[in-house]
Amino acid sequence: MGNGYTLEFEKKLVELEKKIEELKRYAEEKGLDMAEEIAPLERRAQELAREIYSHLEPWQRVLIARHPKRPTFLELVSFIFQDFLELHGDRNFRDDPAMVGGLAWLDGRAVTVIGEQKGRDTKENLARNFGLPHPEGYRKALRLMQQAAKFGRPIISFIDVVGAYPGIEAEERGQGEAIARNLREMSILPVPIIAVITGEGGSGGALATGVGDRLYMLEHAYYSVISPEGCASILWKDATKAPEAAKALKFNAEDLLAFGVIDGIIPEPLGGAHRDPAQTAANIKRTIVAALEELVKIPGSMLVEERYRRLRRLGVYGTS
Amino acid sequence: MPLKELFNTKPKYVTIKPPTPAPPGGVETVERPEKKEIPDGLWTKCGGCGQTIYTKDLAKNLFVCPRCDHHFRIGARERINQLLDEGSFSELFADLRSVDPLGFPDYPAKLKRAQQESGLSEAILVGTGKLEGIPLGLGVMDANFMMGSMGSVVGEKVTRLIEYCLETRLPLVIVAAGGGGARMQEGVLSLMQMAKTSAALGRLGLAGILYISVLTDPTMGGVFASFATLGDIIICEPGALLGFTGPRVIQQTIRQTLPPGFQSSKFQLEHGLADMIVHRRELRSTIARLLRFHHYGGGA
Repeated sequence: MGNGYTLEFEKKLVELEKKIEELKRYAEEKGLDMAEEIAPLERRAQELAREIYSHLEPWQRVLIARHPKRPTFLELVSFIFQDFLELHGDRNFRDDPAMVGGLAWLDGRAVTVIGEQKGRDTKENLARNFGLPHPEGYRKALRLMQQAAKFGRPIISFIDVVGAYPGIEAEERGQGEAIARNLREMSILPVPIIAVITGEGGSGGALATGVGDRLYMLEHAYYSVISPEGCASILWKDATKAPEAAKALKFNAEDLLAFGVIDGIIPEPLGGAHRDPAQTAANIKRTIVAALEELVKIPGSMLVEERYRRLRRLGVYGTS
Repeated sequence: MPLKELFNTKPKYVTIKPPTPAPPGGVETVERPEKKEIPDGLWTKCGGCGQTIYTKDLAKNLFVCPRCDHHFRIGARERINQLLDEGSFSELFADLRSVDPLGFPDYPAKLKRAQQESGLSEAILVGTGKLEGIPLGLGVMDANFMMGSMGSVVGEKVTRLIEYCLETRLPLVIVAAGGGGARMQEGVLSLMQMAKTSAALGRLGLAGILYISVLTDPTMGGVFASFATLGDIIICEPGALLGFTGPRVIQQTIRQTLPPGFQSSKFQLEHGLADMIVHRRELRSTIARLLRFHHYGGGA
């Protein structure tokens, strides 16, 4: 839709949409009424869109989840919350620009919001490290979450990260311990925690801010133990077989709902969140507001107890 | 055995697989060159100094090279024998078996092979036992079983062991050895075991029960980023590879040579993750000292 980035499987549709736009412009310029010519084309575009987007392969949905125009954390925050006030730093090493957090109002209720921020262009991506947090990012998130617990604020965590950062400094500063600590501490915070995977749910990096009372996924988001490329190169020694790995890993929202890992799927506009960020944000907001209504009524100790029971159920095994 | 055959015994070489292209992102599941190091022949070649050692001598020396102190990888049963009072181990939750929830390519066959080769049903043994007379809960991973990776069963056994210690107020010791991290073949369910085990440790911590984590070669990925690094006390064996992201993945991502000793036990001690590096000879007595400091077994 003229956003300058077309996925292979959308080409036909994008071409048709371009043609319609051109016709409309032409009609306007010449002062002609071409409604009768345009209407069937628009109908066909709609049909085509439904056809394409209702039969997406797991890999195609990964491409949608990674779409460069997919709404980022800060965009979603601006749609969903009021008066977002960013708070910085882990009080220890530095402020990690890949992990953003702060205070905001959600329909009259003060909440703490955290999430990874991907960049929109190369410059921003370099500044944000492509939304890949270092250990201090996870530690900043934990500081803000513990602060939220201290003041009785619910926590909203948005997740969109390709994975933990594979770098020397991340290892030196204890990335594994930072993730593990978040998992342990999030499990005992006595305030409601709602997590939403908005794009990529890349393994330990995603899990590090993903323990909570409710976990939702946007329709085309994925949540996986390993990237499809990584899986393909281990299994078949060939990263280009990522589409097959995407199938084998069963990491789409429907699979995770079936495994009991998530509580619900938040629908995206036809074709993906990038085609209508405002609508996407409205869908997310409706879901988290409704969940929060329920959760704020539950005493902290019961929240923690039920959160543990949720985690306790996860896993599939048999007995001999 | 005729003398001639004795000298025909092939030395055990460390086999290294050729490197494969970098998997971008999703770095928790770490594929390492499979070092089949657990000695089973009459003679064993040391992976540290190259010396050929009479395996019986090696066993007597707790599978530590008498010449260079290289700590060989050992299986779960050998570790239990080394740590616990003789005959005191009593296995728990032994009936749990992995299934194939994703219908993942080749997983059932891999499981079967791992079971046959290791003689274990999964990558961890958990149970209770006594160490210098002090009762404790013990979990020991086995790097030979699918590279010590954590799927639903490993996560469940660890969690049940923690809950058992919580109920009985036994101190907990887990010997981690998991180069495979979170087991890819069970997808996101493996990832969830990181959260499950860590949450159980949260409860154990609130109850004031001691947890000692022993990190052995190799401990990486999802095992490292969950229960293995949440010990009240963290002990490393010398010369282990310990970290989150595998060195190969880091190297291929940043395209720089990694500094020598990167992700070694010494590295983790120097960077503040571990409390101490303890020689295998002293592991049992060190754990006993720690237990007594925390007033288990009557203290002092």
